[in-house]
Amino acid sequence: MLNKKLFLNQKLFDHDALTKPTRDGFGEALVELGNTNKDVVVLTADLSESTRTQEFQNNFPNRFFEIGVAEQNMAAIAAGLAVSGKIPFISSYAVFSPGKNWETIRTTIVYNRANVKIAGHHAGIMTGADGATHQATEDIALTRVLPGLSVFVPCDSIEAKKIILESAQIDGPVYLRFSRDKTPIITTNKTPFEVGKPQVFWETNNPKVTIFATGYMTYNALLAAKILEQKQIEILVVNVATIKPVNESEIVELAKRSGRVVSVEDHQVMGGLGGMISEILAKNSPLPIEFIGLQDTFAESGNPKDLIKKYKMDEESIIEAVYKVIER
Amino acid sequence: MDTPALTQEKLKDLELKANRARELVIDMLLEAGSGHSAGSLGMADIFVSLFFHILNHNPKKPNLVGRDRLILSNGHICPIYYAVLAMSGYFEISELKTLRKINSRLQGHPHRTSLPGLESTSGPLGEGISQAIGIALSGKLDRKKYHTYVIASDGEQQEGNTWEAVMFAAKHKLDNLTLIIDRNNIQIDGFTENIMPLEPLKEKYLSFNWNVIEIDGNNIKEFVESVRTAIAFTKKPTVIIANTIPGKGVSFMEKDFTWHGKSPNQEEAKKALNELRTLQGRIQSENQ
Repeated sequence: MLNKKLFLNQKLFDHDALTKPTRDGFGEALVELGNTNKDVVVLTADLSESTRTQEFQNNFPNRFFEIGVAEQNMAAIAAGLAVSGKIPFISSYAVFSPGKNWETIRTTIVYNRANVKIAGHHAGIMTGADGATHQATEDIALTRVLPGLSVFVPCDSIEAKKIILESAQIDGPVYLRFSRDKTPIITTNKTPFEVGKPQVFWETNNPKVTIFATGYMTYNALLAAKILEQKQIEILVVNVATIKPVNESEIVELAKRSGRVVSVEDHQVMGGLGGMISEILAKNSPLPIEFIGLQDTFAESGNPKDLIKKYKMDEESIIEAVYKVIER
Repeated sequence: MDTPALTQEKLKDLELKANRARELVIDMLLEAGSGHSAGSLGMADIFVSLFFHILNHNPKKPNLVGRDRLILSNGHICPIYYAVLAMSGYFEISELKTLRKINSRLQGHPHRTSLPGLESTSGPLGEGISQAIGIALSGKLDRKKYHTYVIASDGEQQEGNTWEAVMFAAKHKLDNLTLIIDRNNIQIDGFTENIMPLEPLKEKYLSFNWNVIEIDGNNIKEFVESVRTAIAFTKKPTVIIANTIPGKGVSFMEKDFTWHGKSPNQEEAKKALNELRTLQGRIQSENQ
């Protein structure tokens, strides 16, 4: 059942459950930061509306910079602002930033220890109709390999807001991942958030499998948990909002509670959340693991729901993975 | 801070210092066994003018809020950068010998947080002007008086990022930013005009709404005057296209692109240092 200690949204499974894109939480948090911290500046590369930076622009025009279609320039300008004491948030689609400008981020932001927050939007195949060119499915892999870069993937717009506010407190570079579509609100304002801490959203007494999920896919994992509950199969669903730096011993403990693992993410199965969990387990306590995500292929245009089903990231596919790992 | 015009005495002092910096570059590169000779030697006059006449800086307080900023975009010519930093007193001259070696603060390409005096991390080309823009923008936001200088190579004008930055600086009328292009006509694979022609470079910058000054980059007097003009200019960023001789001061390296990314061996270094010593004597006698 939903973990009572975390004050999660009890109406989550209702048909009319509230939905909102995680990027909305980003936009709201930026305005809040603008009011409380005069060093916060925002840069965008011709995507102010869809990456939700317009409200910040309207409220703080002097601290907003429209860079035009130039993501490398955006990253390096932000680096210059950061070493001069500003806290820049750069905002674009994840395919372009940190995709197109990855080396600029590596050199001028991360290796340079510049306090820049990189917001990558339209991540995952959930981006839908725009097609594979605009669906970032490699960005977690691209960012988590950079030494000293923190990586966060919020599961809903409320958690997104908390993460953004928290990220401004971190003295160092941060990557933030957002999705385009409206997704269910899983948490509430009361749900605690702590950097690096994986949280058990679905708790059971004798779990057979531990699901580690990230981003809005945590909802699909919770759907799977609810269906499995009716079949008397107990599992854990752990929301991993911090990809890096993560508390490794907690990941190991949670995996050991069941002895079997499924990773769930809207990202390539290589190098993302599943990769991170596998590395930690291989080092500390090798356990069987199944991977839900994009299976080393590009997706295509389509309705997000149809894509999630076709590329086997829906609750049915997660349930299959749970059965499979139990049989191993 | 205002940059005064050069007196004859100061000019001689700077010329001697540039010569000394060239010697240090040869020493460092010989010891390191690899590194970039031509650009480092060619830019000695400009680096020395900046650190010993133009920049408002304090080696004892490298993080001084109001200091002028110098960004080196083409990080591979860092031997000359390190040499003038050491000569200025940011660290001991003896540390120059650790260039490119393990446990050294003098990385093969500059790493900002490793060494006092560095304002950016560079090596991958085309990223310095953008970083300088961020620093200049921050200065405008905070109404700070510092000036931001950025040195870029001519070869890196081929990077798309360069022109993204050039457009932005003009849009924001960053008159607190001065770009110095080391126009030495060489890059690793050959002459720029054969690899990927840059000309007409001056007209390119003019058409991008920059203030353009073209000078002999090995003439300290011309360079100082061009900076004085750049600082006084308002409403536009200024680019100083500095025509330099790659390998300047060492006859067998001058204008030879094979010296772009090469360091001298023992014999070559000895020959180079001899030439620089002769040059030093000439500077001393000429200005008497």
